Amino acid sequence: MPEATFAGGAGQRCWSSYLREEDPDSTGDNARDENAMKRYSVFAVAREAARFHTGWEKAWKSPEPKKKYDVIIIGAGGHGLATAYYLGKNFGITNVAIIEKGWLGGGNTGRNTTIIRSNYLQDSSAAIYEKARSLYETMSQDLNYNVMFSPRGVMMLAQTQHEIRGYQRTAHANQLQGVETRFIGPDEVKKLVPIINIHGPRYPVLGALWQPRGGTARHDAVAWGYARACSDMGMDVIQKCEVTGIRTEGGKVVGVDTTKGAIDCDKLGMVTAGHIGTNAKMAGFRLPIESLALQALVSEPIKPCMDVVVMANTVHGYMSQSDKGEMVIGGGTDGFNNYTQRGSFHHIEETVRALVETFPMISRLKMLRQWGGIVDMTGDRSPILSKTPVDGIFVNCGWGTGGFKAIPGSGWAMAELMAKGHSPLTDEFSMFRFREGRFIDESVAAGVAH
Amino acid sequence: MLTLTCPYCGVSGEETEFHAGGEAHLKRFISGSTDAEFDEYMFLRENPKGVHFERWRHVYGCGKWFHAARDTNTLEVFGTYSAQVSEPPKEIKDKISAKRPGWSWRNFK
Ligand SMILES: Cc1cc2nc3c(=O)[nH]c(=O)nc-3n(C[C@H](O)[C@H](O)[C@H](O)COP(=O)(O)OP(=O)(O)OC[C@H]3O[C@@H](n4cnc5c(N)ncnc54)[C@H](O)[C@@H]3O)c2cc1C
Ligand SMILES: [Zn+2]
Repeated sequence: MPEATFAGGAGQRCWSSYLREEDPDSTGDNARDENAMKRYSVFAVAREAARFHTGWEKAWKSPEPKKKYDVIIIGAGGHGLATAYYLGKNFGITNVAIIEKGWLGGGNTGRNTTIIRSNYLQDSSAAIYEKARSLYETMSQDLNYNVMFSPRGVMMLAQTQHEIRGYQRTAHANQLQGVETRFIGPDEVKKLVPIINIHGPRYPVLGALWQPRGGTARHDAVAWGYARACSDMGMDVIQKCEVTGIRTEGGKVVGVDTTKGAIDCDKLGMVTAGHIGTNAKMAGFRLPIESLALQALVSEPIKPCMDVVVMANTVHGYMSQSDKGEMVIGGGTDGFNNYTQRGSFHHIEETVRALVETFPMISRLKMLRQWGGIVDMTGDRSPILSKTPVDGIFVNCGWGTGGFKAIPGSGWAMAELMAKGHSPLTDEFSMFRFREGRFIDESVAAGVAH
Repeated sequence: MLTLTCPYCGVSGEETEFHAGGEAHLKRFISGSTDAEFDEYMFLRENPKGVHFERWRHVYGCGKWFHAARDTNTLEVFGTYSAQVSEPPKEIKDKISAKRPGWSWRNFK
């Protein structure tokens, strides 16, 4: 068992990162290296409270780009930032720039519904998703940044006979993979989720696949925590800078053109989710990926009523309750290519209809906000972490509707791939697997977009 | 929400009346083709931010398949046309050129 044992639940936060012991240096601010970041702690909170919070410093720097870096990462979403973080932490590569056209975490990383689980079917998926889930357990401590990881438990409802068999199969696969899940009956579902309607008119709840250490985390904080740690290692997080071209010489990458000028690099990581097709085009190759809009919405805040995450794949919707009390709701992906970060109205109606059937008490709730992100879909619903036809260019994409949960594991694996040329965690996820007929079929595990 | 016009029955409807069918004008490569050709046909997809050509079906109408020319970045529909062609007709291309000078898509300009 991991050391972090803060039990999850709506309304409960993980304060553990504030409760770390004080950094011995932090009493003598002047004695410190000016550039080193100050640690967050309960003592820092007390100290700042005593001086009207005048001493908090910027969490990361905003540098101008240098002429050249060893590694450039395009995209300051969770996956790009985690890749940079582990390049530094695991391989000592810190002459790194992370280039972002908007603001960091402004892509899908700041738009998702934050479900974290690792109950996938195939071994290669279980390996990278469980690596990620286990890194989430200690991420707040590792980054000295509270990402509010809440392992409150994730439940995937079985509402047809077929789903029962499918989830029992997954539970068995997970047992062999060492991922802790089990199949539970309707009584246990009702006990864990009192607000659920077990005897629904169309699709009664027949059981569920239950992952007790799955849960949620604060999505923005994951991006911010990594950005702060990268900046502290001397890396440059460059926001409001769009990559507009990729320069190659003799089949090898030499740099990128950006809205802040040309920047050279030895290696390039493209980690741009929905925009990966535009990046690949700049570099002269294509990917088996299409970009679609996926939406989510939240209700007005209400008192704590559900302290687990529930996903209903047959009726197509899922829901959890945020620490603020909002019901966080997601559903299906639109059916056509789209870059507008705006989905179609009828998907909201379908999702809400399905959830009202499953959770009758939400029928009177007002919805507060709705938004969309552009998700990068592969044919087998598994990601691509791979070398490319261009020497020195690597891609990390195809996470589609479900990559938030994978951020730390993906960064860990991608850093190893970029530093060493291969990684046991990415070997199966090559972009060439389609041509070779080695699909990693997770369309069942990803029945609903999450 | 898209509004499309079926080129067969002439009915305009919003997107729930239709079904999206993916990239248009794919050339089929099967037995006897190279691995690269088959890979391209089967898996690789145009995924442009801008001008795009797609297949759609009028599922809750006449049931016919047809083609649509759209902008994936603005959701603007340039026009719809028959399924019985292997490249967009000239009037559709001209319409796109008027609004997006210099566009290209696969080998079409
Ligand atoms: C509504 C919704 C709900 C979701 N729910 C879940 C969930 O519950 N659980 C889960 O695990 N996953 C979920 N996901 C999926 C998850 O959000 C993504 O898989 C994940 O966040 C992808 O992270 P990323 O770092 O790859 O991409 P992003 O966070 O999108 O980052 C890519 C960045 O690249 C930048 N960029 C693009 N082009 C350029 C360029 N040319 N130059 C510079 N920068 C560029 C973009 O601005 C962007 O910030 C959901 C997604 C959506 C949209
Ligand atoms: Zn018709």
